[in-house]
Formats: sequence, structure tokens, C-alpha cells
Amino acid sequence: MRFLFKTDYEDDIRLFPHSGYYVSYGLLLAVLLIAPYVLSSYLMSQLVFVCIYATVGVALLILTGFTGQASLGHAAFLAIGAYTAAYLQTYNVPFPVYFLAAGLLSGCIGALVGFPALRLQGIYLVIATISFALIVEEILARWESVTHGNEGMRVKTLSLLGVAVPRDSPTFYFLCLAVLVLTIVGTLNLLRSPTGRAFVAIRDSETAARSMGVNVALYKVKSFAISAAITGFAGVLFAHKLSFISPEMFTLQLSIEFIIVILIGGTFSLHGAVLGAIFIVMIDPFLTYLKDDMPGIIAGIAATFGAGTQTAANVQSKVAAFASLNGLKGAIYGIIIVLFVLFEPLGLYGRWLKIKLFFQLFPLYKRATFKRQKIYVKSERNR
Amino acid sequence: MLDFVQQLVSGVALGCVYGLIALGFVLVYKATEVVNFAQGDLMMLGGFFAFTFIGMMGLNYWIGFAGAVAAMALFGMLAERVVVRPILGYPQFSIIMATIGLGYFLRSIAGMIWGTDDLKIETPFSQGVLRIGSLVLAYDKLSVIAATMILCTLLYLFFNKTTLGTAMRASSENMLAAYYMGIPVKRVVSIVWAISAAVATCAGVLLAPITFIHSNVGLVLGLKAFPAAVLGGFGSIPGAVVGGVLIGVIESMAGFYLAEGWKDVAPYIVLLAVLLLKPEGLFGLHVRKKV
Repeated sequence: MRFLFKTDYEDDIRLFPHSGYYVSYGLLLAVLLIAPYVLSSYLMSQLVFVCIYATVGVALLILTGFTGQASLGHAAFLAIGAYTAAYLQTYNVPFPVYFLAAGLLSGCIGALVGFPALRLQGIYLVIATISFALIVEEILARWESVTHGNEGMRVKTLSLLGVAVPRDSPTFYFLCLAVLVLTIVGTLNLLRSPTGRAFVAIRDSETAARSMGVNVALYKVKSFAISAAITGFAGVLFAHKLSFISPEMFTLQLSIEFIIVILIGGTFSLHGAVLGAIFIVMIDPFLTYLKDDMPGIIAGIAATFGAGTQTAANVQSKVAAFASLNGLKGAIYGIIIVLFVLFEPLGLYGRWLKIKLFFQLFPLYKRATFKRQKIYVKSERNR
Repeated sequence: MLDFVQQLVSGVALGCVYGLIALGFVLVYKATEVVNFAQGDLMMLGGFFAFTFIGMMGLNYWIGFAGAVAAMALFGMLAERVVVRPILGYPQFSIIMATIGLGYFLRSIAGMIWGTDDLKIETPFSQGVLRIGSLVLAYDKLSVIAATMILCTLLYLFFNKTTLGTAMRASSENMLAAYYMGIPVKRVVSIVWAISAAVATCAGVLLAPITFIHSNVGLVLGLKAFPAAVLGGFGSIPGAVVGGVLIGVIESMAGFYLAEGWKDVAPYIVLLAVLLLKPEGLFGLHVRKKV
């Protein structure tokens, strides 16, 4: 176990507290850089989605995880980014310009949403963001001169400095990875700055933050704007990756998916956004794999335990029929969410920390270290 | 003028539907401060239960109705026991996510069991209309309005006049203090979920002739009922119905007088405007936090 002796105030806020970080993150980066030359094109495509979802996850963490303002409307910001890109592209605006413009516009609209949100708490904020997202969805469907309504818009191939970057090329993956890494580093820097500390103070207690001299309104709007801007950037990449966008892609379902990303990953650290994104994006291929291979495997197990060929084939067809039932995916989704909330409220990253601590403290690990306190006294209604 | 009155009446009928679902939201919130995002799905499930009893088993409408309400009350208790009770006392956000997960689960399961077709229940009010002058009112819509009014009154009296209702309000304000005062908090929460599921079932069964039953009906109507509850100020029973009626009337007026597309957005625009002016809804209580 490593003991860190802090000799300087800077030690508390260093990006890399000790040299071990350089090694582990360096290795991770190296693996990510050679990934496109090793993995299949399908997995690469999923990896690009992981990058995009993780970027949105980081954005949502700034708002929900660190400022404590729940939002079920982030699909709208993603849509604003995506549509800005698609619209500006028709005027042959170069990529860097519309990339920045998408983030800027999304950020401005985020700030506008932040203003009414100033007076709202908890459930009222959730419903206000849902309303905002539904209104944006309807505008996208109706403003046909710009968005082509429900027909959707085709997004042309990305061209960076005159070079075409197809959506399944390694370069596009590197671009998404760069955006993700820049977002994460930028967010880390933001969070260790006074702004970030003000965010966390607002999350923990608004009244206390205000009495310490934090301008609560200003920082809430800032948090909304930053979060929306990052989501807007992700929206541009999302549009390019899909190469076709239409309003029904940006529904409440997608907003809920983003919340699930940070919920499953863990809402207290940026690691959570990435882990959650991997989980959400990879669950699809995993379920498909289960659907295709599980019946055979179960039949094999049945056969080894002495069941006849006939019975085994029977079992196989029954499991296959169950696996291809309509809506099984939704049920699994639901169960996963409930199980995470009930049993792993700190998410995947929390689990990782627990395992790490278990080995560091072996055999003195106590489960109660991570136990959350239940509060039966506080009423969130009287905030 | 006749158009206006006709739109107004059909808006009120639609609004009562939202109000009925919103009542379920408010009940659970009022007693436990949990926002149940699966409320619409409980309604959907109630409709399916009633369909099973009435349409498939051929029971009498009223017996099937009662059976569905009883079954769903038990189901509500089960859902509370399994999903909600372990996380009572944790931040509201966790509970919201848990109920969203529950909703996903119920929708898929219902789709698997009852299929994805629109189902219909034959009711005593499916046929016929009431004519007042040249105003035309369908009986099925009238039944919804009547049921909403009755349920709203009953629940309001229950919460404000009975001992159990007082116990529920007490446990919502401060569970720990309520427990010290001898209120069986766990049982109270369980009963609230049963009542709320029962109210949802009433909504589902009464809606069956109007919207039909399919696995997504809960999501669609729940998303409209939710603003209704917020507009009335979460936690006020008459507020839920007033909010529902407002949303219904706005929707029906916007659908008639404004261009296409406004119908779906208008309720949300009004909601945002109201929240801007009165963040705690129309009938909500505004209490300052003591530090």
C-alpha cells in the first residue's frame, strides 16, 4: 500500500497525485491508441459510441453529479449540437467552425434553461427539463425549413482540413477519443478550480454555499451552460457517426439512457461516466451474443447432465424462443437499473474502489466503510 | 361558441384522465416523498388485469373491475416491498431512477404477456351519448369525469379526516418522528402504495374504452399526468385534479384553435411558464428550509 505524504497545499489538487497514475493512464492511452488496428470494425464502431456517450456522461456529471441539479433533458442538447452541425454543413462551413458553433449554441440554450431552473428544486427541476426536451423535440419535427422535420437530415462525411474522415475510419475514432480526453482533462481542471468547488458546495448545501459567499444563481447557470456545451460538442460527433439524424432519435428515452450512464458508472467521479458508457454501449452486443449462443450452451449443459438428445434439443428451442421474445431487452434494462440502485448505489466505479480497498486493507476491510447513511428526518420538500 | 363549449367539455374529460393518474403520483408523494415514475405503468398493468378478468375470463364488468383493483393493490404493496422500501431514506434521485427501472420492467413484461396489440374492454358505458341541447357527451368520458370527482373527494376526506390519513401525512413530514409517535411507518407506506395502485387501476379500466390498452399507454399518459401533478403542486390532491383539467383543456383548445403541433407542446409551455412564476405549483406549499 502506498502512503502519500502531503507536504504542500498543491498536493491536494494535483491532477496526478503520484507517479503510479502516469504508468496506469499511459498504458490505458497506449491501448486505446492501438485499438483500431486490433479490434474488429463492429467493436470499433461501438468504441466510438462509448467515447460519445462518455463525453455526454461527463457533461451530465458536471451538472448532476457535482452541482446536484438533476436533468432529464440532455438528449435535447445533443440534438441541438447535432442539428447545428447538419444545418451549417449545408452552407459548406468547415468542421472546426461548426463544431465550435454547435457547442456555443448549445451552451447558450443551456444557460437559458438554467435561468428558470434557478428557482426549481428536485422533482420540479426534473419535470422542467423533461418539458424543455419535449418542446425541443417538437420544434425539430416542425421547423421544416431548417430541420427537414420528420424526414430527418443527412449528414455529410466529416472533412477535416480538406481531408475526408469517414465515420468508420480510425481517424474519426481518434477525433472522438481526443474530444473525450480533452473534456475529461478540462473538467478535472474545472473541478479543482474555485468554480468546481463552488459547484460541489451548491450540491452539498445551497444555503451553506450561499452563506459562504458563493453566488448560487451564477454558478448554477454556469454549470448548466458548461454541461450543455459539452453535450453539444458530443452531438456533432454523434451526428457524424450516425450520418443521418431525425427528431425521433432524441427522445426522452435517450435522456434516460444518459442518466443511466452516470448512475451505473457512479455519480461521484469522472471514472463513472466512462465506465457507465462502456456498460450501456456494450450491453447491446452482449445481449445479442447471449441471444445467439445461450440456447446452445444451456442445451450443452443439459446434455452433459445426462439429458437425452431429444430433451436437449427441446431445451435449446425453448430457451431460444424465450431469448427472442419481444421486449426482453427492456425488461433486462429495467432489472439492471433497479439492481444498481438497490445494491450498488455507488456504481461500477464504487465497486472498483471497494475491491481495491479490500485488497489494500486485507484482512481488515469493513463493509461499513462504504455504507450510505439513511436519512429519515430530512424532508426534501422543505429545502 | 358551441365549438368552444364542446372543446372545453372534451378538454375537461381528457383532463380528468390526467388528473386520475396524477392522483396516484400525488398520493405516493404525499405520504412518502417518493416520486413514482412507474405510476403510468401501474395504470397500464391495471388495465391489462381488468382485460384478463373481463375480456378473457368473461367475468361481469363490475366484478372484473373490483378484482383488478384488488389484484393491483396487492401488486402495489409487492412493488413497494421489493423496490422502494430498501431505499427509503436515500436521496430522492435514487428512488426516481428505481421507479423508472420498474416502469421499464413492467412495460416489457406486459408486452411479453399480453402482446403488442391494442386491447379493448367492453364496458357498460362504451355505447351511447348524452345530449344537452346540441352538446354531445359520450358516456365513457362522463364516467371518467364522475369517477375522478368521486375518487378525489374520497381521497381528500381520507387524508384530512381519518386517523390513517393523518398518520400518512405525519410520516411524510418526518418518518423518524412519526415512528417515535407510534405510527407503523412501514405499514403506512405499504398501504399508500396499495391505494395508489388501486387508483391507477381505476384510471386504467375507465380509460380502456377511450385510449385502448397497450403496453406503452402508461408511458404516454404518464408523461402528461406528470405535468398535471406538478402544475397543481405535487402533494395537493385537489391540485392534481385541477392541474389535470388545466392541462387537458389547454391541450384540447390548442389542438382546435392553433396550428398542428401545438397540441402536444402547449401543456409543457404553460407548465414552464407557471413554474417560472410559482416554482411550487399552483397549490403547493412553500416552506423555507431551516438551517
